[in-house]
Amino acid sequence: MMAALLTQALHLALMLALAPLLTGLLRWLKARMLGRRGPSPLQPWRDLVKLCRKRPVLAENASLVTSIAPYAACAATLLAAALVPGFTRGMALGGLADLLLLGGLLALSRAALALAAMDIGSAFGGLGAAREMSFAVFAEPAFLLCVMAFAILAGGTNLDAIGAALQDGALGLRVSLALALVALLAVALAENGRIPVDNPATHLELTMVHEAMLLEASGRHLALWEMQAALRLLLWLSLLAALFLPFGMAEAAEGPLAWAQGLGLWLAKLAGLALALAGFENAIAKMRVFRVPEFLGAALLLALLGVVFLFLSTGLA
Amino acid sequence: MLISTLAVLLCCLPPLALLGAWAGGRPGLARLVHAGTALVAGGFALLALAALVEGGEAALLLPFGPAWAPLSLALDGLSAWFLLPLGLCGLACGAYGWRHEAVAPARRLAAWPLFLAGMALALLAGDGFTLLLGFEGMSLASWVLVAAGQAPAGSVSAGSVPAGFPAAGPAPAEEEGAARAAAGLYLGFALFGAACLLPAVGLLAGLAGDLSFAALRQAPPQGGVAWVVLALVVLGAGSKAGLVPLHGWLPVAHPVAPAHVSALMSAVMTKVALYVAARLLLDVGGLGQGLGWGVPLLALGAASALFGALRATQEGDIKVLLACSTIENVGLIAMAFGLSALLRAADLGALAALAAAAGLLHVLGHALAKTLLFLVAGEVQHGAGSRRMDRLGGLIHAMPKVALAALAGAAALAALPPLAGFAAEWLLLQALLASWRVGELGVQVLAAAAVALLGMAAALGAVAMLRFWGLTFLGRPRAPRTLGASEAAPLPRAALFLLAGLGAAVGLLPGALLALGGEAVARLSGHAGGVALASAWAVAASPSASAYHPLGLAVLLLVLFVAVVLALRWLSPRASVRGPAWDCGFVAPPPHLPFGDPGTQPSAAGFAQPLLRMLGTSLLAARERATLPPPGDPAPARLDSHWQDPVLPALLPALARWRDALVIRAERLRDLPLRHLLMLAFGTLLALLALLAWVGPGGGAGA
Amino acid sequence: MSFGQIPYDVAHLLGGGMLLSGFVLLYQRRLAAMTGAFAAQGALLALAVAWQGFIQEEPGLFISALVAAAVKAVLIPLALRAFILRLGLQRRVEPGLGIGASLIAGVALVALACLVVLPATAGAAALLREDLAIALSVVLLGLLMMVTRRHAIGQVVGLLSLENGLVLAASGVQGMPLVVEIATAALVLVLAGVAGFFVLLLRERFESLDLSLLHRHRGEGE
Repeated sequence: MMAALLTQALHLALMLALAPLLTGLLRWLKARMLGRRGPSPLQPWRDLVKLCRKRPVLAENASLVTSIAPYAACAATLLAAALVPGFTRGMALGGLADLLLLGGLLALSRAALALAAMDIGSAFGGLGAAREMSFAVFAEPAFLLCVMAFAILAGGTNLDAIGAALQDGALGLRVSLALALVALLAVALAENGRIPVDNPATHLELTMVHEAMLLEASGRHLALWEMQAALRLLLWLSLLAALFLPFGMAEAAEGPLAWAQGLGLWLAKLAGLALALAGFENAIAKMRVFRVPEFLGAALLLALLGVVFLFLSTGLA
Repeated sequence: MLISTLAVLLCCLPPLALLGAWAGGRPGLARLVHAGTALVAGGFALLALAALVEGGEAALLLPFGPAWAPLSLALDGLSAWFLLPLGLCGLACGAYGWRHEAVAPARRLAAWPLFLAGMALALLAGDGFTLLLGFEGMSLASWVLVAAGQAPAGSVSAGSVPAGFPAAGPAPAEEEGAARAAAGLYLGFALFGAACLLPAVGLLAGLAGDLSFAALRQAPPQGGVAWVVLALVVLGAGSKAGLVPLHGWLPVAHPVAPAHVSALMSAVMTKVALYVAARLLLDVGGLGQGLGWGVPLLALGAASALFGALRATQEGDIKVLLACSTIENVGLIAMAFGLSALLRAADLGALAALAAAAGLLHVLGHALAKTLLFLVAGEVQHGAGSRRMDRLGGLIHAMPKVALAALAGAAALAALPPLAGFAAEWLLLQALLASWRVGELGVQVLAAAAVALLGMAAALGAVAMLRFWGLTFLGRPRAPRTLGASEAAPLPRAALFLLAGLGAAVGLLPGALLALGGEAVARLSGHAGGVALASAWAVAASPSASAYHPLGLAVLLLVLFVAVVLALRWLSPRASVRGPAWDCGFVAPPPHLPFGDPGTQPSAAGFAQPLLRMLGTSLLAARERATLPPPGDPAPARLDSHWQDPVLPALLPALARWRDALVIRAERLRDLPLRHLLMLAFGTLLALLALLAWVGPGGGAGA
Repeated sequence: MSFGQIPYDVAHLLGGGMLLSGFVLLYQRRLAAMTGAFAAQGALLALAVAWQGFIQEEPGLFISALVAAAVKAVLIPLALRAFILRLGLQRRVEPGLGIGASLIAGVALVALACLVVLPATAGAAALLREDLAIALSVVLLGLLMMVTRRHAIGQVVGLLSLENGLVLAASGVQGMPLVVEIATAALVLVLAGVAGFFVLLLRERFESLDLSLLHRHRGEGE
């Protein structure tokens, strides 16, 4: 019990500390790959500190939504991040860590963001909110079908149970898992607003999706939104690592030595995924907004195909 | 005891209707009618709760009714579960009526108690005949309510809308015409539903003639008769509930009535139709059916969920939007019931119970949230003078409390944790994800498709609710009238908060509620244990699968929220300042538009445009055409965007053609010589006798 | 063999990878990216054939794998790319059928393939059955690509990807003589040659590779 609580607290602290670092690392890697020197990976943390020192400016007709939504979104994302196992399984909230609930919490923070964007009634805020919510219409079914594949393989939607089942290796390598991986990667790109769905570094308002919703935010509100985006990215990468690279994860009851080993492996996995993401983003261009449904629709169909193959093989076995 | 009290309450409603018929134009008496119905509805809710706690009661034979079909009332867990939302929503609608319907036409005041009585009678029926009687009474009364339509502008409650205000919407005459057309369409579908349900109940009973549910349950339909019953009930109840493709009337008819009537029609009447389907197909006729028994409900439910949600994202009128969202949610419940029947046929009792529980939970959650939102729509119409989102905006400043209540309802319908919609969808998804155990490849693929459609519908529903709340309450006013909006009166406001609180309770305590509804779950799923793993704090699919702890989740969210707030207060102590909106290129309001040019805000159609392009071209026959002026011409460019629901326009001309063909045939009959006419009658008689001989004592199900 | 055993898993995964690259081919609009996906499919095919050679202990299959790797993963993509560069065709290719529709059709075809193969091969080893289902799916996807692409190069790639599926099917069946494979490969090469000739001819005549231009010229002579 003590170990579960301790690992949970440690995990939450690590998530908070690592999230901006991961974003910084990603920016640095992308810059290095392009031959630029790039900002230090610590830069997002410095930005956050600076933003916290500034005074937030609210628009004249801003309602309470503008000031409450960032806290709500951050709390929901933080809870989701606390549920995804990182270096260890069997943390105190392991019983709550359900894939469907994870989807729900992410939807909650997405809705809060969209509401904050609509609060002023400005053109770009509404545009970004409409696009972000529309993308989710395609991302959500693809995500659910991936969840279905894991639920069939592991017998449930609890992340700890799925991770344990996958780590045993009794499931083997499967076509379905490969298809689910591709689909989940596409969903992760869309959910985090990465290239090719959205460009996190763009300065052109017409092509913005995620950034367009933050145009009015400033000071600590902006810091919260930045933190929320960073947490979401870390959460998705950890989720991918927990589902597809489950090896080497510690059990909470195994003691600090196992935790340290799990921690090292987790960091290595995150770094590897960040490297792959940076390479992918540098190699590919952003697509038109109205091609995103095709992209996510393809993910949806691949996930469906993966589930159907799973039906076939369970029928054969 | 409970059942006789209910009978007494039920008998109070017809006198109230008489009073209403007399009360048209007399404010005091009209309020009496509303107060009376609200009290009766509150009584319904209390008694339903008592029945859920204490268990069902035996049937009560009423002392009147035809000799061949004695009327009986019964209150089992299933009836009580559906009676609960009827009572709660009726109470809230009564409070709204008290405030806003003090002056109303006699037709509406007379039909209102009868509408409630019809629904209650259908829910409390202990036999097929009473069920049909109540169902048809409900249909007729609601038809009168739809036909009575909007009150003329002058008589809307005491002065909250300035008389003769021009820009509030379509002209009264136009609206009257729309109401009449809606009522006609509504009556057509209601008659169709009756024409389907009557023979269905007859076939269920066979020739035995005993229509009580207990007797019917002993002899579930078999073979060909079963399929006919299935088709008839799905068509009859589905047309009333608004399942695709019989949904066309719903977004037309529900919004024309005043808000509290729309609320009850959308939130409860559709549930009564689902209750009829569930009672006849799952409870009475569900024993020993094959895998195919649940498939129509599952497939039509999934289609309705997707289609209704997509339409809800496109509508510009908030009441039409809410009606379309009702189609979505009815679809979700039908999916749950269909899945339950399917899993029951595959001998997966615990999963069947899970699916049934998901449906029942959503019945309650959706009824409360939808009533809340329709009443909010009514308040917005009274306060801000319009139902069109393009004429609203920024109402959170004028009506903050209504906005807060509306947010609770919208978030529940958007399936956001930890509210009611998410709990129901979580349960439904768990049942769907586990339904691959059925083993048939076709069923498995259907389940996978259902998962994808459910996910899409849920996300679309979230878009629709976000758009509704965001465009109505956030941003800047889009019309001058919006600036003069005022907060709702205390009584309706209390009703709104009551509904919001109850909805939150449904979301936070699904386990406790499902423990109460154990009998209802068992009736629907045929699994005696109900949901095995519902404790007060959590629900779970099975011991090994994951559990959902809504209350713990809510507490955690709250703790984290407070922690983030405190941390930021410590890290960033400086107070915020107000300044002009930045948003690159944001024009300062011109002098003639003090709240800013509405053209620079996202409009209702503009916010929906991405989805219209992504999904609408194939599902809603959406067309877009951009007209650009030639170079040098200062005329503005135009974007014409158009969509329509493809079902009703496809259906109505065909129906009109059939009607014409039928009329021509019938006209020909008039010219027949007398001998031929006699032959016709004789032939009909012979055919009926032959039918009797065929299905009679030899082949009848009852004999 | 069943799940959890390495030979089965790897063969299954490689087949799945080929199927996936078949979908990528169907999804891709640009010619250059299409040749890349085709090369990936060829490489996966070579690996799959080599793996079959390993588990069936059939040295002949290694030769097939080598041939596949050299021709499908390197030579043909390089040739195609050179061809595209020479003709200046780096621009987009418009599919005849929308991306969404062709992907949905692709999934339906895979389902059809499974429904056809699995009952027909009841009694055979699980690996063979699923492999055959995947191979037939790849073949059908190739055909679908030929149907949906209006551009001649797209059609050629579809044809070659179809042949990939055939080779995958052949390699999975134990004791398939090498001759048959070589004959198939030769046939397809001839077809590809004919197609290339056809493309060049088309280019000379109409200054375009859009096959819809041929509609008017059906039944030639005028």
